[in-house]
Amino acid sequence: MTTQDIILEAAGVARHFTTARPLFGQPTVVRAVDGVSLKIRRGETFAIVGESGCGKSTLARLLARLIAPTDGSVHYEGRNISALSPREERALRRDLQFIFQDPYASLNPRMTVGALIEEPLRTHGIGTAPERRAKVADLLRKVGLTPQHADRYPHEFSGGQRQRIGIARALATGPKVVVGDEPVSALDVSIQAQVVNILGDLKAEFGLTLIIIAHDLAVVRHMSDRVAVMYLGQIVELAPAADLFDRPMHPYAAALIAAIPLPAVGARRSAVRLEGDLPNPIAPPSGCRFHTRCPHAIARCSTEAPQLTAAGPDRLVACHRAGELDLAGLSAMSGPRTPAAARRFALYRAATDAATRARPPEE
Amino acid sequence: MSLVTADPLPQRRSNRALSKLRANPAALLGLALVSFFLAVAILAPVLPLPGPAATDWAAVRKPPSAAHWLGTDEIGRDLLARMVWGAQASLLAGVVSVSIAVLLGVPLGVASGYLRGWTDAMISRITEALMAAPFLILAIALAAFLGPSLTNAMIAIGLSAMPVFIRLSRAQTMSVMTEDYVESAHAVGLGHAALIWRYVLPNIAAPILVQATLTIATAIIAEASLSFLGLGQQPPAPSWGSMLNVAKTFLDQAPCMAMWPGLAIFLVVLGFNLLGDGLLDALDPKES
Repeated sequence: MTTQDIILEAAGVARHFTTARPLFGQPTVVRAVDGVSLKIRRGETFAIVGESGCGKSTLARLLARLIAPTDGSVHYEGRNISALSPREERALRRDLQFIFQDPYASLNPRMTVGALIEEPLRTHGIGTAPERRAKVADLLRKVGLTPQHADRYPHEFSGGQRQRIGIARALATGPKVVVGDEPVSALDVSIQAQVVNILGDLKAEFGLTLIIIAHDLAVVRHMSDRVAVMYLGQIVELAPAADLFDRPMHPYAAALIAAIPLPAVGARRSAVRLEGDLPNPIAPPSGCRFHTRCPHAIARCSTEAPQLTAAGPDRLVACHRAGELDLAGLSAMSGPRTPAAARRFALYRAATDAATRARPPEE
Repeated sequence: MSLVTADPLPQRRSNRALSKLRANPAALLGLALVSFFLAVAILAPVLPLPGPAATDWAAVRKPPSAAHWLGTDEIGRDLLARMVWGAQASLLAGVVSVSIAVLLGVPLGVASGYLRGWTDAMISRITEALMAAPFLILAIALAAFLGPSLTNAMIAIGLSAMPVFIRLSRAQTMSVMTEDYVESAHAVGLGHAALIWRYVLPNIAAPILVQATLTIATAIIAEASLSFLGLGQQPPAPSWGSMLNVAKTFLDQAPCMAMWPGLAIFLVVLGFNLLGDGLLDALDPKES
């Protein structure tokens, strides 16, 4: 993996939030992200999945340097960005951008769309006023809006349109890495596909590296190259998307995949259902954090925390029983595709691969 | 590149706040009252009236007549002229003192809510100390300390009204700072000045405008009270408050002398309150 071109790297990064600080006694600390290490390769789409409260949004903000880590460090292009002066941090914003989850809350309601998209250019002193206006018109067209939209206010647009405005704003400075915090989860399903496609196309056009946070595995499967599965502030499995969905190695990843609805009549699936709620991140369980809900837990799991270790080509998993368990993936459940469907998928793959190859090679 | 077909332009929604204000009869009444008194105050120098200090010993404490539409006071001055010039003093006091309160209070409140920590603790404690004294008592104390004049009364009222604006803008700033769009400003790399100017101030402007309108009403009453006590407008310059003070001696003989200033204060305060309430509804951010 070290031979690959790493653009963004997290090294043992952690973020703790103090929720209560009593006059006497210990403060209450939530370990939202607790020791995450990962390497993002140039040009890939990297997805981080997990249920609500597992710390994935916090990790996204750490990677984009919107918040500072309590422990560990984040490196962009080999440079530690965890401790930057305000000036260096602002310079970093040109390269590292963020797409927000809620398109209704993340656009300043008192600014026109044009001003919102122009703002990053203005802030970083890019171009003259007429050049910036032309760039705004260009960006609006790229996300499927028209230059005339620039004079409108965000409240005049629908959710999907607003999210595309947010994307245009994030892309204005020509960033190299874009972190999306559940960029489509607040949208209707029909609009989700549209926004996902725009992200995919713009990624190819701008040569972006995308980091997508999601809890919707269907979206992740559609757009990502590699996937990290998070549970209670830690990564439990990291694998190429196709491998993960075919053959998950961590029981939690398997449970998430088993929860994907199958679009087939009479589809049956093995009943891997998770009991209970996410444990309290203030006091995570001992040993493996997942052992309280894991159907395959053994005695060792409650005492000894498993480390994230290599398990096959380009795969990492944190489970004591990773070698012995045979967990069902998606293909095992949905059965073979019809020849027609297989042909269509092959065509789609070929087209996407061609688009990716048109970009500078990654390896 | 054609990803999706371009969306049609969304239907332009005209200025929502304005049309909501227009549909509110109470607010319109308030606007009419305020406009009327403002027009009178501004036009005072050009209206065909006798001077507000011109005395007529032949007509003392007279009821309304063709020559003196509202009657005359204890030394024969035309009450209409004094009412018109008094409107100027009252509205000037209301607008200037609230401007002082806003111009001092909002920057302090925004600084408090934006910087938090030590600055916030300091400003908040001082604000609480100021708020511990009742508004009018504080204004009277300040006016007495500064010396009796309309200017000093305006300063005193402005300083007394300031804590409300500090509190309001601090709370509003803190609430705006938790919004996603402020985080998006951080993500863009925006500096503090631009963040406050383009994100904080425009988003806290509406409640401050409403509060300012309502505070003008309070400030007008405060000016009248100070003038009534002799701490505001000094005779012979007219003011509704000082007119009431003189009139209380002649309530039996010339009730008109007390009635007109009382009615004017009532109407102008009612006007500002109705307008303020209407603005509150019209500018409700939840519906914009």
